[in-house]
Amino acid sequence: MTAQLLTFYLFSVVILISSLMVISTKNPVHSVLFLILSFLNAAGLFVILHAEFLAMILIIVYVGAVAVLFLFVVMMLDFKTSINKDNILQYIPIGILIGVVFIAELIIVLINTKFDLSNIQVLPNPLSDFTGKSNTEAIGSVLYTDYILYFQLSGVILLVAMIGSIVLTLREREGVKRQVVSEQLQRQGKIDLVDVKSGKGVDI
Amino acid sequence: MIELNQFLILSALLFAIGVIGIFLNRKNVIIILMSIEIILLSVNLNLIAFSYFLNDLTGQIFSLFVLTVAAAEAAIGLAILVIYNRNAGSIEIEKINALKG
Repeated sequence: MTAQLLTFYLFSVVILISSLMVISTKNPVHSVLFLILSFLNAAGLFVILHAEFLAMILIIVYVGAVAVLFLFVVMMLDFKTSINKDNILQYIPIGILIGVVFIAELIIVLINTKFDLSNIQVLPNPLSDFTGKSNTEAIGSVLYTDYILYFQLSGVILLVAMIGSIVLTLREREGVKRQVVSEQLQRQGKIDLVDVKSGKGVDI
Repeated sequence: MIELNQFLILSALLFAIGVIGIFLNRKNVIIILMSIEIILLSVNLNLIAFSYFLNDLTGQIFSLFVLTVAAAEAAIGLAILVIYNRNAGSIEIEKINALKG
């Protein structure tokens, strides 16, 4: 058992347990916290796989942004969860069935298959092209050249998501007074400019 | 040494946990969104494991794109959840049946 293998088992056991807790805890806040734990351990697995940049991105984007967004929503919305027990039990058999079939098929396939990756000759971006470069530098040198269209497309996707979520959650409240600039600028005939003589008042 | 199959089995288990989470959960939609995040995480793990064992960088690039789409999806999903909760007063899955599907 090398240290690498031990670390892999540690991280994967924690990932599996915490994602099981995500789907099984009653309290949504605990689910989000377990989700954060499993993301952190996945980042550890990415480091084992020499994908340091993605590990850091996973921590920054997922733990720092997505999980905190989840946490905000969970804490700000008032979930009135009135759960009847029989309703939950109704769906357990089908869920267990689908899950067991799914896991069994995948594991049977994966245990019996040995992937021989050494035969694959044509690789688009082999790592031997990037000797002496860090992981971040290698990703940057590929992402901004060969995959620039996909990169910009993902930027458009993020822009659409941003506009969409702003438009969805924006609402006009009743009884709130707002400044309407165009109406202000269009006011005519209601303003009188008076040349005031010094020492004398103005009749209004 | 770690083999590729160990990572594939781990991500298969994670994927299955996500799918079971979608099926079993009857309380609120936010757990379903988290299950989708777990599924996408397992896909990312698969891509990066193949990238490492093939000695090729493409898997990491695609994992980056998956990450982007997952972030956008989470943002829109949570926005929809917020307005649904505002309009209907509850996000219990049993009560979300406006389309009578």
